[in-house]
Amino acid sequence: MTAILQTSRRGVLSLFGGVVVFFGLNPLAKSQGWPPYPSDFHAYLLVNPNGRITVFSGKIEMGQGVLTSQAQMAAEELGVEVASIDMILGDTDKCPWDMGTFGSLTTRMFGPHLRAAAAKARSVLVGLAAKRLGADPEALAVNNGVVFVKTDPQRKVSYGSLASDVHVAESVSADVPLRTPAEFTVMGKSIKRLDGVAKVTGGAKYAADLRLPGMLYAHVLHPAVHGGKIVSADMSAAEKIPGAVVVKRDDLIAALHADPQIAANAAAKIIVQQTTTSWPLDPDNIFAHFEKVATEVKVVQSRGDAANAKAARTFEAAYYKGYVAHSPLEPHAALADVKDGRATVWASTQTPFPVRDQIAETLKLDKSRVRVVTPFLGGGFGGKSASLQAIQAARLSQIVGRPVQVAWTREEEFYYDTFDPAAAAKIRAGLSADNKIAFWDYDVYAAAGRGASLFYDVPNVRVRSLGGMSFELDAAKAGLHPFAVGPWRAPGANMNVFAIESQIDMLAAAAKTDPVAFRFAHLSDARFRNVLKACADRFGWRSAARAGAQGQGVALSSDAGSVVATMADVKVDRATGEVKVERIVSAIDAGQIVNPEGARMQCEGGLTQGLGYTFSEELRFKGGEILDTNFDTYELPRFSRVPPIEIVLVKNDALAPQGVGEPSITTTGAAIANAVFDATGARVNRLPLTRARVLAALAESEKTRSG
Amino acid sequence: MTQKIRFRLNGKEVELDAGDDRILLWALRTDAGMTGPKYGCGAGFCGACTVLVEGSAVRSCSTPLSFVAGKSVTTIEGLAHGETLHPLQQAFIDHGAFQCGYCTSGMILTAYAFLKERPHPTRDEIAENLEHNFCRCGAHNRILDAVEAAAKTGARS
Repeated sequence: MTAILQTSRRGVLSLFGGVVVFFGLNPLAKSQGWPPYPSDFHAYLLVNPNGRITVFSGKIEMGQGVLTSQAQMAAEELGVEVASIDMILGDTDKCPWDMGTFGSLTTRMFGPHLRAAAAKARSVLVGLAAKRLGADPEALAVNNGVVFVKTDPQRKVSYGSLASDVHVAESVSADVPLRTPAEFTVMGKSIKRLDGVAKVTGGAKYAADLRLPGMLYAHVLHPAVHGGKIVSADMSAAEKIPGAVVVKRDDLIAALHADPQIAANAAAKIIVQQTTTSWPLDPDNIFAHFEKVATEVKVVQSRGDAANAKAARTFEAAYYKGYVAHSPLEPHAALADVKDGRATVWASTQTPFPVRDQIAETLKLDKSRVRVVTPFLGGGFGGKSASLQAIQAARLSQIVGRPVQVAWTREEEFYYDTFDPAAAAKIRAGLSADNKIAFWDYDVYAAAGRGASLFYDVPNVRVRSLGGMSFELDAAKAGLHPFAVGPWRAPGANMNVFAIESQIDMLAAAAKTDPVAFRFAHLSDARFRNVLKACADRFGWRSAARAGAQGQGVALSSDAGSVVATMADVKVDRATGEVKVERIVSAIDAGQIVNPEGARMQCEGGLTQGLGYTFSEELRFKGGEILDTNFDTYELPRFSRVPPIEIVLVKNDALAPQGVGEPSITTTGAAIANAVFDATGARVNRLPLTRARVLAALAESEKTRSG
Repeated sequence: MTQKIRFRLNGKEVELDAGDDRILLWALRTDAGMTGPKYGCGAGFCGACTVLVEGSAVRSCSTPLSFVAGKSVTTIEGLAHGETLHPLQQAFIDHGAFQCGYCTSGMILTAYAFLKERPHPTRDEIAENLEHNFCRCGAHNRILDAVEAAAKTGARS
């Protein structure tokens, strides 16, 4: 962990010897305008003389299981056991360039490249074995890293032995075919996670667990309010603490100490003068603010003429969702060692390469002199795409000339978080006389286009995004949000799926049609139909209403290349507004599955985490002041909230692996809101479904019924 | 005022210098090199910092070091017997009861203390006991599966 590579990449690899496979292809990066994966000395994998395989990947492990699934993909194509693979993740000196771990892209986008590299390595090794054994490559087969003559298995040679006397550098090319699902022996199997023992014994290291000789722990001060500024800082009391080091440089004000607790005490003794702001925004008036300032319009989808289409009946509704914190259980942390014109930073980050570039720019060092290493992350969910803590640690280490660790407190985590933006959607939809959706006119504010496109068969569709997404320039220009917002697991899609699927459900009710039947009547795509059917079958979707305040709800979504249907049973207490989710069943078509159990864990995790934005997570703020600073007022989903969850993996081997990290979470809110409607006849149009909002919706629906 | 605090940490005697305000979590993570207990919230809400003191689950972020003077402290690093994992640890692996792993040591130690008190709990009782241990990745059902399974195989060791 602490070994620092000073030699060139070529030098390092030649120390090991072995067969090295380099990276060349990256058509997708090109099409997205990203830099291509470098073709020079950034290898995907190394076959060591001892037979072990080292796999290098820029994709980091934050709980989503890609340490294991990437090893499976490499093992499959190489023809070795998973146990013989060592994974090196997110080390900018060792791994091929990568833009970051987000968007459920590891398996679907990086996966094919990794597999191509491993397939190439296998072909190179078989070629070497053919020479060694004096046999035709076609006559050879591979089993657990041993190449043998098919007709005479005693004539064999191991990968390690082949690697001990040659060095091969090959570019990945498309000429070696990937193995197919019918051939899979490692992919498609539920192997246990490779990080298991480390994580149950305390051996797994996270950024705040790392230690270097002479290191200092730092606490950086921030303004009390977003938009405010610290104008002066009196460091005298902090300075008097024995061993304390204080830093005041431009906007960087910090106290450091060899002990983290004393560093925090010292920081608390810094007296600051600061400016504040008085932006009159709060969780309730933010939506009116969006409508006022979100004037930039982007058309996401357009078909027919939704603006002028006529229908027998028209239904208009608006939907809302609050700001949500990422709240990974591990706050952002980083350890930086800047000396001799080089920086090494161990950071809790989803984007090691972009962070390396930012550090280089901030410290005025060449990129080649900055190395970011990524240990295990204690959750990310998009929140660790931004990694200010790594910049803070690097700046401080450069200033004090010692290794510096910055580990945010929970309060700092709530302050610096790039929140999931609040968002609103307005929908006008029409039903024809024969109860078909005639038009769909959808405007979403502040959540942008992900999940906004309509996949139902409707002749006239217009989908528009106003104000864009938080991290897009137009949102910043418009001054949409009083504090930083950013990507949060399936950015924007939780809002869009909630709004769309609530409205579809409302139309089904107006058509006096079962919500699942209504969806089938507007779906011709086989994937959607299969997934919806698989979910309904496993769930046991009932066409007749249940007694009392019990209800079932459905939501359908397409995200990260996958299709998901989720169904929930709920029970609503009409007196208190409390909603109890009794059961969730979710079906997903994610194409070929690398690790079925791993995929299920991601789906269960997404649905469970989704219970937070559905029921309890809504950031409280007053202008730029974040009022939630810890878990006493900001409530994550806890055991009592989590129902039994069943995942159905819908087989689709004809499709390459798609994303599983994000799709499921997009359905939690809508499925439950629709179940509440089924149970009570009341539609709650704002997330989270607090008891107060459920009670208000119940009262409203009583009024409508009696009036 | 600085004082010497002696206690048993994972079976070994240790002695740490500490002021009155020294917090157990920071003493363990910094002075004793045990980084298994994690900082999650610093206020006792989330349970990531849980350790065992005399066999009881304690939130080390809100516990003064002086509280453990003369007592026995176990962190997750001290739960396995050599290479042999404790049944709870093995069950967490077998049931995939973690994702990022940051809450895991707190979950396992909280469950450990609970099973000692109540060796044959119902699933609801396990959930109730873990209610104030937070998991952000959503491994809740698998954590219950793991603790249930460990209880069945006899995790009271």
